[in-house]
Amino acid sequence: MADETLDCRGLICPKPLIETQKKLKRMELGKTLEVVGDFPPSKKEIPETMVMQGHEIISLTEKDGVWHIVIKKMK
Amino acid sequence: MPKATIVIFSGDLDKALSAFVIATGAAAMGWEVTMVFTFWGINIVRDEKKKAPLKKDFTSKMFEFLMPRGAKQLRLSKMHMFGIGTAMMKKRMKVKNVQGLREFIKDAKELGVKFLVCNLPMDIMGLQKEEFIDEVDDICNVSTYLKEAKDAELNLFI
Repeated sequence: MADETLDCRGLICPKPLIETQKKLKRMELGKTLEVVGDFPPSKKEIPETMVMQGHEIISLTEKDGVWHIVIKKMK
Repeated sequence: MPKATIVIFSGDLDKALSAFVIATGAAAMGWEVTMVFTFWGINIVRDEKKKAPLKKDFTSKMFEFLMPRGAKQLRLSKMHMFGIGTAMMKKRMKVKNVQGLREFIKDAKELGVKFLVCNLPMDIMGLQKEEFIDEVDDICNVSTYLKEAKDAELNLFI
């Protein structure tokens, strides 16, 4: 299980990414964050941005239109 | 990281919303974003309650009274329909889970977006720097903006 979770279900662009960034900012290095959401474009946008900023994507799963992204804070 | 500047000339609700979607989106992707509020756009960052410390002349008072005071009082550029259209749009946004302009301003600030207000319209309309919301970082002029825009990859005028 991830250290923290963030529920973005029902939120649409660009909110899921904004909330992810806000949450990551407040977390310590090395901790993991699980983001849950259902807005399809964010499933691609969040991992891309995280990798670009030097964070690590641990897992990405999707079931019935709800995706789970686990991010490890590296910076 | 890429840099963006957004000049907000318009004081319309719909245009301000688009500007803030771009600004918060870019900031969330790690961009360095500067927003410059000018002309009617300065009404977006007016505080609802704060009073001007210095005395105003008649024209300045008229401007203060006639222009929308802050993000909540802005109107749509189209289909305002004496307030009905704007109210319906706000309700629709709530149903669709899109946050309001005030929340966008808070998000932008938290993600490090810089807020500048242009000096010239403040002068013309007689607004004082104490009348703006706390999120505003500084008052600027055209040379400040040009310096920022020179090394930005994206410069928008909304």
